[in-house]
Amino acid sequence: MSVSQDVPLLQARNLVKRYGHVVALDRADFELYPGEILAVIGDNGAGKSTLIKALTGAVIPDEGEIFMDGEPVRFRSPLDARRAGIETVYQTLALAPALSIADNLFLGREQRSKGILGRLVGALDRAAMQRRAQDELSRLGIMTVQSIKQTVETLSGGQRQAIAVARAAAFGSRVVIMDEPTAALGVRESRRVLDLILTVKGRGLPIVLISHNMPHVFEVADRIHIHRLGRRLTVVDPRLCSMPDAVAMMTGALTVA
Amino acid sequence: MAGTRPPPNICVAPSNEPDFPSFSDTRPLRHLRLILQSFPSIVSVTVLIISIIVFGIIIGPHFFTPFNLSLVLQQVTVISVLGAAQTLVILTAGIDLSVGALMVLCSVVMGVLAVDMGWPPILAIVMAFFAGAAGGAINGILATLAKLPPFIATLGTWNVFLALELWYSGSQTIVSQNIFTQAPILQFFGNGTNIGAVRVTWGELLLFALFGILWFFLNRTAWGRHVYAVGDDPDASRLAGISVDRVLFSVYVVAGVICAVAGWVLIGRIGSVTPQEGQTSNLDSITAVVIGGTSLFGGRGSLFATLIGALIVGVFENGLALAGVDALWQNFAIGLLIVFAVIMDQQIRKLSI
Repeated sequence: MSVSQDVPLLQARNLVKRYGHVVALDRADFELYPGEILAVIGDNGAGKSTLIKALTGAVIPDEGEIFMDGEPVRFRSPLDARRAGIETVYQTLALAPALSIADNLFLGREQRSKGILGRLVGALDRAAMQRRAQDELSRLGIMTVQSIKQTVETLSGGQRQAIAVARAAAFGSRVVIMDEPTAALGVRESRRVLDLILTVKGRGLPIVLISHNMPHVFEVADRIHIHRLGRRLTVVDPRLCSMPDAVAMMTGALTVA
Repeated sequence: MAGTRPPPNICVAPSNEPDFPSFSDTRPLRHLRLILQSFPSIVSVTVLIISIIVFGIIIGPHFFTPFNLSLVLQQVTVISVLGAAQTLVILTAGIDLSVGALMVLCSVVMGVLAVDMGWPPILAIVMAFFAGAAGGAINGILATLAKLPPFIATLGTWNVFLALELWYSGSQTIVSQNIFTQAPILQFFGNGTNIGAVRVTWGELLLFALFGILWFFLNRTAWGRHVYAVGDDPDASRLAGISVDRVLFSVYVVAGVICAVAGWVLIGRIGSVTPQEGQTSNLDSITAVVIGGTSLFGGRGSLFATLIGALIVGVFENGLALAGVDALWQNFAIGLLIVFAVIMDQQIRKLSI
C-alpha cells in the first residue's frame, strides 16, 4: 500500500446506530489515511449514509468512537464537524440556486468587512469574498473570469457540482467527503468532476468518495471500503481486486476469506 | 435483401461542443432567460413605464404634472412601507396576512397613549415600536417553534390584532384636531416641504430612506444573504450552517417593526387614528410585492420591485380615476396585473430548472 501511514486522519471504531428495530450501523469501523482517496461502496441500505452522517455530525451514533489524528472527537452537529475541518459535498449539493456563485461559496460563513459597518451591522467584505471565490475556482481550474456573480441556477449540473466541490475544498482543511458526486451527471461532466477530485487530492486533502459507479471508484480510489449489513466488510486495493469481485462482495455473493 | 451491413461508425471526438468550464452560452433564448433571471424587475419596470405613457396619452398633460405624480407617490407611501415588511416575509417563502392589522394596532397604541392618556408622544411612539416588534415576534414564534404555515399563523394573528385594536381604542376614532393639539409629532410624516410647485412629504422621504436601509441589509450583510438563501432553499441553508429558524424569526420581528413605522406614516397620511382603517392593507401589500415581480415561492425578488409594484397600482388607480372610469374597473385592472405578474414569475422559475 503506497498511501497508508501509521495514524489514520479520521477513524471510527465500533459505531452502532439503531433506528427502532433497524440496526443501521452494526459495530462499523472506518479509517481514512492522510492524502488518500478512500471510496466507500455498498448496496442500498448497507448503512453507508448513516456511517457518513456519523462522521459528519449529522447523526449521533449510539455507541462507538470517532478519532481525528488519534484523538477522540465527538460531533454533535454538522457544524462541529465543519469546525474540525471536515467538509461535505452533499448529493443535493446544498446550494441556493437564486444566489450567486460567490454568495454560495461563502454561504453560512460570510466574511465581514473590517470597517465600522462590518463591526456594527455585519456588512460584508464583498470584494474580498469575490476575490477569494475567483481564486479558489481558478485554482481548481473550473472557472473563466467575470462570471462569479452569476446565479447558480444558470449553471449546468456539472458546473453546480464543481461549485459545491470548490466550496468544500476551499474550507475543508482536513477532509472532504463527497456523496455520489457523479450520480446526476453525464459522461463528459463526470469526467471533469473526477479530474476535479484528483486535483483536490493533489492539494493534499484526503477524500472520502461515496459512489455507486464502479468504474469511477476504481479509477480514482486508492483504497475501497466495502460496506455490508451495517459494518465494514473489508477494504480492498483497486489494483489487486477486480470490479466484479468488489460488486460480489458488496452484494454478499462472495465472502471474504 | 442481401444487402451489406453498414460499417460501424468511426468514433470522432466532437470538437465544438461546449466544454465544461465554459460559463458562456450565447443561444438567444438562453440569453433572454439569463437577463430575466438576473433582473426580473425588468418586466414590472416596463409595465410601469408603459402604463405611465398610456395614461399620459389618454388623460393629457394634466397627468404628467409634478403635482399629480407626487400625489401618486403619496397615495402609495403607506402601502409601500407595508410592502417592505411583506417583501421580507415573502422572500423567505412565507406570507404575512397580519401586517395591515398590526400597522393599525401600532397607530392605535400611539394615539391612545399620546392623546387619550397624555403620555409624552415620543414614549408613545417607542411603545408602538415595541408593540410592532412583539406582534412580529408572535408571528415568528408561530412560524418557527410551532411550525405553523405562515399563512395560517398570520391568519390567526390578523384576527387577534384586529380585535386588540378595536378593544384598545374602544372602537373610537381619535380625530385629527386632538392629535394636532396634543401630539403633532404623530402627524409628522404627513407634513412636508414644497420643492418648487411640488409638495414632498416627510413620509415620502422616509419611504426612500427605509428602502435604502433595508436594501443595504438585504444585499450587503450576511443576514440579508441568509434571508434570500432560506427562502430559496431551506435545506441547503441548514446544511450550510445557517440557523433557519433564527433567520425566519428575525424577519418577522423586523416586519413587525416596519408595521409600526407604517402605522406612524398612516397617521400622517389620514390625519386621525382610525381603528377601522386599513382593512385591505394586508392584501394590498401582497399585491404590490407580487406585481413588482417578487416570487411567492421565496428567494427571488427585491425591495425595488415592491416599490415599482406599488407605483404601478398607484398609477392605475390615479390614471383610471382621472380618466373618469368607474372605480370597480380599478380593481379589475389590478386583478389582471396580479395574474399576469404571477404567470411571468412561473415562466421565469420554470426556465431556471
